[in-house]
Amino acid sequence: MSQMPGLSDMRLVTLKNATIRHSGTPALDNIAFHIDKGEIVTILGPNGSGKSTLLRAIIGALPLSDGTLERAEGLRIGYVPQKLHIDPTLPLTVKRFLNLPVRISDSAAKAALTDAGVPGLINRQMTGLSGGQMQRVLLARALLSKPDLLILDEATQGLDQPGSAAFYQKIETVRTELGCAILMVSHELHVVMAASDRVICLNGHICCEGEPAQVASAPEYQALFGTGTHGTLALYRHEHDHSHDCAHDHAEPEHRH
Amino acid sequence: MTILDDFMVRAALAGIGVALAAAPLGCFVVWRRMAYFGDATAHASILGVALALSFDVSIFGGVLVTALLMAGTISVLSGRGYAMDTLLGVLAHSALAFGLVAVSFLQGVRVDLMGYLFGDILAVSRGDLAVVWSGAVLVLVLLWWRWSSLLTATLNPELARASGISPQREQLVLTLALAIVVAVAIKVVGVLLIAAMLLIPAATARAFSTTPERMAFLATLIGCASVIAGMYLSFNMDTPTGPTIVSTGTGFFIGASLLALLAKVWRS
Repeated sequence: MSQMPGLSDMRLVTLKNATIRHSGTPALDNIAFHIDKGEIVTILGPNGSGKSTLLRAIIGALPLSDGTLERAEGLRIGYVPQKLHIDPTLPLTVKRFLNLPVRISDSAAKAALTDAGVPGLINRQMTGLSGGQMQRVLLARALLSKPDLLILDEATQGLDQPGSAAFYQKIETVRTELGCAILMVSHELHVVMAASDRVICLNGHICCEGEPAQVASAPEYQALFGTGTHGTLALYRHEHDHSHDCAHDHAEPEHRH
Repeated sequence: MTILDDFMVRAALAGIGVALAAAPLGCFVVWRRMAYFGDATAHASILGVALALSFDVSIFGGVLVTALLMAGTISVLSGRGYAMDTLLGVLAHSALAFGLVAVSFLQGVRVDLMGYLFGDILAVSRGDLAVVWSGAVLVLVLLWWRWSSLLTATLNPELARASGISPQREQLVLTLALAIVVAVAIKVVGVLLIAAMLLIPAATARAFSTTPERMAFLATLIGCASVIAGMYLSFNMDTPTGPTIVSTGTGFFIGASLLALLAKVWRS
């Protein structure tokens, strides 16, 4: 996928020498980053390594202390936050939420929910949803704007393993169907490694980046995550033209889903 | 002789004008947990009254400027080491105290302090009425125009950013609307009770609302009903009008809470 010709013409977001300081100390130091059309890029890193800070900078929610952020003209971003806290004083149905900020038709809202695997929630209150339902509704809303770039910030946090596997499966379908680029932060190394075109290993600065297999064998990656994950990784490294059902068949005995 | 010659009609129209703007804005105050922010802005306005009187400019202008200055001060000071409620508590009460001290310096003018603290709705002039309604219409237009963006920014600042909405700009819109409401409400309910006009109708409407729009609409109805019923009661019982309007609103709030509780018990 990342070898497609002419891809550099389809650059969506570019960060150059980006630095963000929180009261003097740099949270992100001299980051060079780009994402192209249709690419799936994953950011890995320990807690406090600046993953969310990087996403927020790309969204435009955090000003850069230094460096530049370039976005393609008219870039539409769909954003799925880690979790969405809704104040209990704010009454909000799923339908109304999907209509924010752009009004859509009821049929479009229903189709989006069905597509996200949660039909029938349309008149429910947002505060009454379970964690998994909430993530799927968030995804449905993010996709409604037909984004060029879908940004997921640890979107499966709080989901159980089948739930998160199903969620990532949905993400891959989204890429195939909409052709949008996907930028995600995740802790779930195996899923992430399997689905990504490119992995960026972050710890305040970019430690290493490249295709999943390259990154996994990089000493910087092993210093952060240990070699213990290496086995798991080897397990799930495979071509991207697989069908997801058989993706986990080549498992080592000690690893179970 | 027109209908506006009747002081009760002018008072009712002024009260309704304030309720129309305060109730939907109050919903945002509730959703964004800005209750103390509203209080601080309102309390600061007594300082605005003192300044307006000493420089001989319109009360509306003086209050508007101090309310905006107060909001600006809060934004600058927030996130600098004090908890937000501490900061707002300090600012709200010191603004009120400084305002009262400043008013005491105004020896040349006879100042009806109680009128500014608790409102003097029965003394609303035609000019006041024009100011109240212009302010109210301005606030409603502002809210109508920014509604979707305000709601998205209230829900989550990053979601707003991703949709190309600046949460800072929306915050500014709300601050401006709040300053206008404070400036027009001071005559009607007074400095100390403005926050009540914002919060009580919104809090009452919450139990019966499934969408933000419905909550804003119901809050507006409840706000207007409080004004009319409160004025009627105050007239018959010979009580101060501003506080009676707020008490009536509180009555609605208690009634609504009991109804909601009953409905919950009934369903289970």
